[in-house]
Amino acid sequence: MDLSFLFDLTYLVSATLFVVGLKRLQSPATARQGNALAALAMLVAIVATLVENDVLSWTGILIGMTVGSLIGALAARMVKMTDMPQMVGIFNAFGGGASALVAGAEFVRIQQMGAPMATSTGLSIGLGSLIGAVTFTGSFVAFGKLQGLISGNPITFPLQKTFNALLFLAALALGAGLSGAFALGGLTPLTVFMVFIGISLLLGALLVIPIGGADMPVVISLLNSYSGLAAAAAGFVVGNMVLIISGALVGAAGLILTIAMCKAMNRSLANVAFGTFGGESATAQVASGDKPVRSIDAEQAAMVLAYAQSVVVVPGYGLAVAQAQHELRKVMEILEERGVDVKYAIHPVAGRMPGHMNVLLAEADVPYDKLFDLDEINDDFQRTDVVLVVGANDVVNPESRSPQSVIAGMPILDVDRAKNCIIMKRSLSPGFAGIDNPLFYLDGTMMFFGDAKVSMSDLAREVREA
Amino acid sequence: MGEMVVGLYVFVLAALAGSEVISKVPPTLHTPLMSGANAISGIAVIGALVISAQANTPIVQILGVVAIAMAMVNVVGGFMVTDRMLQMFKKK
Repeated sequence: MDLSFLFDLTYLVSATLFVVGLKRLQSPATARQGNALAALAMLVAIVATLVENDVLSWTGILIGMTVGSLIGALAARMVKMTDMPQMVGIFNAFGGGASALVAGAEFVRIQQMGAPMATSTGLSIGLGSLIGAVTFTGSFVAFGKLQGLISGNPITFPLQKTFNALLFLAALALGAGLSGAFALGGLTPLTVFMVFIGISLLLGALLVIPIGGADMPVVISLLNSYSGLAAAAAGFVVGNMVLIISGALVGAAGLILTIAMCKAMNRSLANVAFGTFGGESATAQVASGDKPVRSIDAEQAAMVLAYAQSVVVVPGYGLAVAQAQHELRKVMEILEERGVDVKYAIHPVAGRMPGHMNVLLAEADVPYDKLFDLDEINDDFQRTDVVLVVGANDVVNPESRSPQSVIAGMPILDVDRAKNCIIMKRSLSPGFAGIDNPLFYLDGTMMFFGDAKVSMSDLAREVREA
Repeated sequence: MGEMVVGLYVFVLAALAGSEVISKVPPTLHTPLMSGANAISGIAVIGALVISAQANTPIVQILGVVAIAMAMVNVVGGFMVTDRMLQMFKKK
């Protein structure tokens, strides 16, 4: 039996472990084990690769592995949970960048050997470097927008879409030339390749700048998918099945999350990508005017909550901005001790990335079996005594049911069907969509104005005394 | 069948199997799923290692080492931060 067969079997073990690991992510109870299995899969693949290939020089390999591991470990320990979207954004960039470099290095290696390049190899190299480079710069722009280094507003210029389309066509043409589809005049293949990479890098940045900060959850999900596709292309370049399989898994994961995010906002992917919607500072005029709202203080809010039988909390990103998760959990624990039935309703876009709010609440020690997503909880609202909305707006706006609204059709949490609704918010200002929220003016609605953290501590004190 | 076509078969089937498995991940775990996917996309390190092992010139070697470092940031950072998040998920 020859050795390469053994290695192929080892890679199969690795690929299987990746899939089993992902399957364990289907429940919070087994998820940690699943993550460990995937890490084991990675270790098996790395060791097998190092043993299979006759390594000419270990120095570079060891330096690369050590430096990368140290940076990764440090980042994983230091990152704040509110900053997870940025971290995932940067990691997408590294994943895409690494795959592009693999494709590029293989291109240079083949050129220097002077060997003719097979069309299939050329194609994989072209795809790997194109997708990898687009992911690399696109992710950095997304990171910049999330971190506030670049304006969250859509950045546009005349003929932007035409220019991007031309760039894309130019990249395709150069890629086809490199794959041997036609002669490239007097230019050396290396020069053409550099231009090709340059165009791909530019394209990545230009594709993301017109997308608003509020749409970044969709963008990082999509770039996540791209980083997987780039890895799969790198797998075709070096002819390794475990790379192709893992790349496909990541590609699928990213795509599923992208679709979930689009559905949660009732937008098509094309609309997110080209709609220049979702700026950070919506400036639309709101005709809230002089409609009366009922404003209450902490003591009144505590009374309403303490004498309810069932309470559902709807946390929005304003809660995380105010860092009031812990205070919220304390209030709810006091209520539970009084015998109140407490649940948390999480809208898919409550945080800054898919599932972000759940992580922020888990960090504040909220048990995960108290968290319910939109489909699970929406029927419960009509039987709920009090809903407490903290720092959320568009996701509870009943306007979405009116066909004329800009958010028409967006799935919302039906909090207006509950008997009472307490809304904790700084002011009556609109959310990302820039429209007024009729919920604020309903009979059962009480506005509790103030900073979420201060209000929540006041509430904790009052509920304890109630 | 050529190697490329076999690769395409594997890619398509893996993507379909992956979709089946991943679409059942509950929304509450979507952030760890994404950071875990980050870690898995660090699989590019395998490609970088193959390239580095066969590097015939300094340029290829440098490209390979940078690729290894970038991919390892994802691998180590991704799995560690995912574990950090998942250990916070507790049942009452």
